[in-house]
Amino acid sequence: MESQRQATSLVAPRRQPHCTLGLAQVSPRLGDVAANVEMHLAYIAQARDAGVDLLIFPELSLTGYYVKDLVPDVAWRCDDPSWEPLLAASHDLPLLVGFVEESERQQFYIAAAYLEGGRIRHVHRKVYPATYGIFDDGRFFGAGDRMRAFDSRCGRAAILICEDLWHPAAAVIASYDGAEVLIGISSSPGRGTSEASPDLDSALAYERIGAFYSQFLTCYVVHCNRVGYEDGISFFGGSSVFGPDGQRLAHGPYYEECLVTAELSPVPLRRQRSRLPLLRDERLDLTHRELTRIYRSHYDLP
Amino acid sequence: MTISTDEAAPSTFTVPPALAARADQGMRLNVELTTRLLHGFIREEIAKVGYERVVVALSGGIDSALTAYLAVAALGPDRVRAIMLPYRTSNPASLGDAHRVVATLGIDYRIFEITPMVEAYTDWEEELTPKRRGNVMARARMIAVYDQSEAFEALVVGTSNKTELLLGYGTLWGDMASALNPIGDLYKTQVRQLAAALGVPQAILDKPPSADLWEGQSDESELGFTYEQVDQLLYLLIDERYSAGELVAEGLDPAFVRRVHALVQGSQFKRQLPLIAKVSQRTIDRDFLYLRDWGR
Repeated sequence: MESQRQATSLVAPRRQPHCTLGLAQVSPRLGDVAANVEMHLAYIAQARDAGVDLLIFPELSLTGYYVKDLVPDVAWRCDDPSWEPLLAASHDLPLLVGFVEESERQQFYIAAAYLEGGRIRHVHRKVYPATYGIFDDGRFFGAGDRMRAFDSRCGRAAILICEDLWHPAAAVIASYDGAEVLIGISSSPGRGTSEASPDLDSALAYERIGAFYSQFLTCYVVHCNRVGYEDGISFFGGSSVFGPDGQRLAHGPYYEECLVTAELSPVPLRRQRSRLPLLRDERLDLTHRELTRIYRSHYDLP
Repeated sequence: MTISTDEAAPSTFTVPPALAARADQGMRLNVELTTRLLHGFIREEIAKVGYERVVVALSGGIDSALTAYLAVAALGPDRVRAIMLPYRTSNPASLGDAHRVVATLGIDYRIFEITPMVEAYTDWEEELTPKRRGNVMARARMIAVYDQSEAFEALVVGTSNKTELLLGYGTLWGDMASALNPIGDLYKTQVRQLAAALGVPQAILDKPPSADLWEGQSDESELGFTYEQVDQLLYLLIDERYSAGELVAEGLDPAFVRRVHALVQGSQFKRQLPLIAKVSQRTIDRDFLYLRDWGR
């Protein structure tokens, strides 16, 4: 599935470059944004030394996860001067950071910003704020209303924030939009262990997601998850990168702060898409037509 | 000790083998992952509030022994102090078992006999039921352990397991009082698994569970069911979200299910802070929503 415009363009299609991804498996301080900016800068310095080309931080890396009534205190607008040190750092190292976004109409979102060349190039608002069990996102945050791919230093990418990863529709849309790298960022709590498995139940879910999306959307799938504790809830880390054939390329430890790195390359992407042309055979027309029919029927539209 | 129900407990219960196996398997922990999670919990949640040390009230039983083992693994032996708080009717073997724990772990300990403290009250209030007497003892221990935490510049680590907390089988502001509790999400069955894996002395693993509030007291005879049985039921009710009706339909003893359900429901107040009457526009713990780890 490829647009005619792109297929006939005389300009060489932008190819996913070789690059080194860095996943900062960090433990933000709850509600202490200034301390978290310093923590980001420390990881940026470490990532530069490690030759990282794009450094990814987890969900709400600037604020901590259970911000609750702290939301208006920790929120940044996209033009907030507080971005300055991170924008400055993004001149030589593109960044993806998690933050609470305040919109122009004073609404709040769990969001992630992609910073490159001193500017915010892309913002994704969490489309599926988790509101069940131990999660209360929907009480404090609005839901994003778009799922868009964007051009990053490491190829065409799309951001999925935690619960977004649990909805295959979001990943499929990102894939339709050309994503070669699905970047998942989470504050995912560690829950459930069993004697039969070396992984936490919650970690296992992300392993399945990574393996499945990467193999069947033939793309890279990245998951950057935080560590640390908030009121007894642990965040398990275990950040991962999966290659376009569904194989895991990198895996961070559970429960330890660290920088995880992985090499991304156009070679395996091209090889896998050549031998398994699932994207070529995607039926955007059929999907669109059937979704339109279902949408009309669901909302009783003519 | 604090159980009260009008319904007499049946003497034997059956959990159908398939359900029992499901629950047993579901409760089996990955020991390595669980201990890592709990060590990090103890280390981080005390460090965040500016502390480095903990105190544990050591009874000689499996719950407080496991808690001490976890705390020592998380913090090192120099940062854990045990407090032993016997009463004159306490089984001497309990103190012996507590000694075995501190010797094995190489931790500092203090012994304070709570008898005069308790009897200052019970001499004045002579008509005490065993339940009231047990509550007074548990609260006397709380006073001592909280004061020792201040002296040792430490936080009090709790030792109530998930089974006790769900059944309300503990004294509010007594043994239930703590700053943080690493084992409160582990059923007794899981406490046993973890304690065995971490090397808690065999004598402690083998003895029948007892609050040791009076001579010969046994948790299981007082409750009217075994921990093994009730953990299977609680696991299915709480963790697997079976309804009481579904469990009865699948062959569990209706009286057993009813009684345990009543205990859980009736003790909900023990698992929460006191109710605050809402008067203003913004009320503590109602719509003043900040984590305890706020800013940490």
